[in-house]
Amino acid sequence: MPLSPLGENGNAKKGCLGMEKVKKTAHALDKIMNAIFTFCGFLAVALVVVITVYLISSGIPAIKEIGLGNFLFGTVWKSTGDNPSYGILAFILTSIIGTFGAMLIGFPLGLLCAVCIAKMSGKRFSGIMRSFVDLMSGIPSVVFGLVGMIYVVPAVREMFNLPDGANLFSAIVVLVIMILPSVISMSETAIRAVPKEYEEASLALGANKTETIFNVTIPAAKSGILASLVLGTGRAIGEATAVMMVAGNVANMPGLFKSVRFLTTAIVSEMSYSSGLQRQALFSIALVLFVFIMIVNLILNLVVKRKKDK
Amino acid sequence: MKDLKKSSGISTQRKVKTAILKTLVYLSAILIIAAVLFIVVVIVIRGLPNISWEFLTSGVSYLKGITGILPNILNTVYVVIMTLVIVLPVGTGAAIYLNEYAKNKKAVAVIEFATETLAGIPSIIYGLVGMLIFVQTFRLKTSLLAGSLTLVIMTLPTIVRTVQESLKTVPNSYREGSLALGSGKWHMVRTVVLPSAIDGIVTGCILSVGRIVGESAALLFTAGMADVIYTPLEAITANHSGSTLAVALYVYAKERADSGTAFAIAFILLILTLIINTAAKVAGKKLKRRTENEG
Repeated sequence: MPLSPLGENGNAKKGCLGMEKVKKTAHALDKIMNAIFTFCGFLAVALVVVITVYLISSGIPAIKEIGLGNFLFGTVWKSTGDNPSYGILAFILTSIIGTFGAMLIGFPLGLLCAVCIAKMSGKRFSGIMRSFVDLMSGIPSVVFGLVGMIYVVPAVREMFNLPDGANLFSAIVVLVIMILPSVISMSETAIRAVPKEYEEASLALGANKTETIFNVTIPAAKSGILASLVLGTGRAIGEATAVMMVAGNVANMPGLFKSVRFLTTAIVSEMSYSSGLQRQALFSIALVLFVFIMIVNLILNLVVKRKKDK
Repeated sequence: MKDLKKSSGISTQRKVKTAILKTLVYLSAILIIAAVLFIVVVIVIRGLPNISWEFLTSGVSYLKGITGILPNILNTVYVVIMTLVIVLPVGTGAAIYLNEYAKNKKAVAVIEFATETLAGIPSIIYGLVGMLIFVQTFRLKTSLLAGSLTLVIMTLPTIVRTVQESLKTVPNSYREGSLALGSGKWHMVRTVVLPSAIDGIVTGCILSVGRIVGESAALLFTAGMADVIYTPLEAITANHSGSTLAVALYVYAKERADSGTAFAIAFILLILTLIINTAAKVAGKKLKRRTENEG
């Protein structure tokens, strides 16, 4: 796409003196704009570097003081009090289990829904479904958190006869709703992109429509669907405020009906009043979260790239 | 395909399997529709009764016992405008660089990787980094300005991506024609490329507004939680902390245990989401039509 700048030394010789002047200023302006655009272009790179540097430099001191092993694998988080202890294994495990649980329910549900929109419904119904999914992806996460807090938490308490419904299970329910739009949209695009000939061949061989979708279309759309899985995982790991409102927020080791803290909510819940080593430890948690996200991003990049290469 | 349904030669096992899969597909679709409907109905029922003229046009006064969300509405408007004013030129510039200026393929790959990385970072991390950079290093204190700058980083990938999409639809012959007539590169970009990319800029704008309006985690520690009514001049200077609608919802629900007000804000956010979605759909259709015509 890039074109060589022809204007600079095109037919300059013929021009009179005035033209020369115009050309000169235009040339200078071109150079300035070139510099400005280059700056804008590389700003994203600079920002990624700055974010990484800030997170590492503010996250390392506490890890150094606490010790990497004690920090990552310590099971007790007691940030206030006389003898503070900063172990974040509970947060890490909660984040992993919560994300895994949300994907376990949300991914099949989203994939089936994408199949319904793309292949198994009339134009009208799929249009309606689409706008529902769009609405769902547009609704702010705090709104899901609020509905979860007022309706899901009491329902979970009643249903399982617990003293408090704000627990990992409620958080998973809210996370499922939050990852569905990304899973559905991306899977739908992947399913729609499968060449018609594949399906026609399968139908011609005697498979019925449902069998064709599940035996031919979905395997052919594998990499796009896989990308939706990774994207959903990233969203679930990173969600903070909605989870904060339903997870109960006590630094327990994870249990389905225990009040828990995720990596994200551990940061949110103590940030506003923290100081000293406690504050630094919160930044270390952010660093751990960042590492998790970068791994997810890397996987996503690999999956998407492999798709493009095909 | 319709005739296939009538074929009766398939075994019962296949019939059962097909029926189960079909049921699962429709069941999941119904489940999701039901979930969305439930959320919408609940918000309307519990939010709408709490909305009044006074609620929308007054601030918070504990003395008079008034709860109003005018400060939060104003803050949201300020943050949206401040963020867009900064991110639009920068994001458009980055997209122009990627599409028109960059000659080095590796540089493009690096920038695109960086943009994707930014898009994948969760908002709580943006909140923390924004706090470190803008609130502390730049000494802006917890302020609307610091919040907006944080959101600039967050929405940058959206703008770059959508503008880049629309730049790709501008036919190369336009550029060549302009250059052949003797225009300089910048003149060509300004008069030929940019006007044709306006759809993409508008779409990116709408999507960013959606993200900004719904953002809470990135603003908690950068823009703060105050409910004060600011003049525009105050809003763009440091040290004026304030909560947008989404942050206010969080504070009302979680810290003040006032679910009535929280649902009222949720109702307003829901209406905003509907408006933004419709606008994005219209703009997206326009962009798509052009892509099909020209691309």
